[in-house]
Amino acid sequence: MKVVGKRVPLAMEILVIIPAYNEAHSIGEVISQVRSSAPEADIIVVDDGSTDATATIAQAAGAFVVSLPNNLGIGGAMQTGYIFAAETGYDIAVQVDGDGQHDPTEICDLINAMEEYQADVVIGSRYIEDRGYITPFLRGVGIFILAYIVSLIIRQRVTDTTSGFRAVNRRVIEFCAREYPHDYPEPESVVLFRRAGFCVREIPVTMNPRYGGQSSITPMRSFYYMVKVLLAIFIGLLRRVP
Amino acid sequence: MRKVEMVMILGSVGLLLIVLELVRQRRLKEEYSLLWLLTAVVLLALSLWRSSLDLIAQLMGIFYPPTALFVIGFGFVLLLLLYFSTIISQLSGQNNSLTQRLAILDWRVQQLEEQIHGPVSQFDRNQKM
Repeated sequence: MKVVGKRVPLAMEILVIIPAYNEAHSIGEVISQVRSSAPEADIIVVDDGSTDATATIAQAAGAFVVSLPNNLGIGGAMQTGYIFAAETGYDIAVQVDGDGQHDPTEICDLINAMEEYQADVVIGSRYIEDRGYITPFLRGVGIFILAYIVSLIIRQRVTDTTSGFRAVNRRVIEFCAREYPHDYPEPESVVLFRRAGFCVREIPVTMNPRYGGQSSITPMRSFYYMVKVLLAIFIGLLRRVP
Repeated sequence: MRKVEMVMILGSVGLLLIVLELVRQRRLKEEYSLLWLLTAVVLLALSLWRSSLDLIAQLMGIFYPPTALFVIGFGFVLLLLLYFSTIISQLSGQNNSLTQRLAILDWRVQQLEEQIHGPVSQFDRNQKM
């Protein structure tokens, strides 16, 4: 639990969006942690066509559960959360992974940073401060290259473009409900946000090793990931600003 | 008439007839058949009108004219594949938004049902569906 001073003003309607695909082992714990560290927030779990008990557990833990009949991948699932947030009228949306990698007590830090820096998007980064998160070597190289390229493109230094731990305000919620990248959306969305004129900030966060399950990015898919993300970013640059 | 010309003509007439028949049976939509029809008609025209094929082959630097027909046919096939890739992308985008919309509406229906009948367990819901 956070100290009282770190609480968020109650007037803001906050939605925590947790995309989940077969995360039955961790989703309950993640939801209860979010509830205790951000009790004023509503939680939506977007169940991306899970075949295990993810939806049932999430519902029992007190989240809104929206179940996609087909598996859309992380981008499509996230966007479902944003459409929900836009239509229901939330002021702030926070993305949290369903695998327990993100520390829900830091949700308040993300939201406070939005106000402090007047940012539209605040991204929790593993790499601003060394907080003991160990990245496998090759993945680290990939993440570094991506961050470097994205930094060059948006002319702003970012360190962790693959982080899915973010808070965004109402304007960005509406933007994402209309326009959100598909397969591996994180790096691409950073570029999109900047091009759409949003103010993006990173703050340091602590990420845990996951409770269970596997990263959606296996070594085999890493190459595809890099190629797809870079292609999407560069072709995106050829499009008109959304 | 040489053998190869017969094969070319029969082939393109066959393609034309198959496409028309599929459209007639409504197994192929008119809008998606247009490029197929164009392919068949161009191939047929070039097989019947031999002098034009010879001219094209000469312009392309192809020694044996029927080969030009295969090259042109191959070009059309590539075009068709590309065209259908764009249609698949469009369909997958529509499928994406429908899935999202369906899931959100499903959640709303569930909320309304609970307001009317009191909480419905996931199990009952699954039984009903």
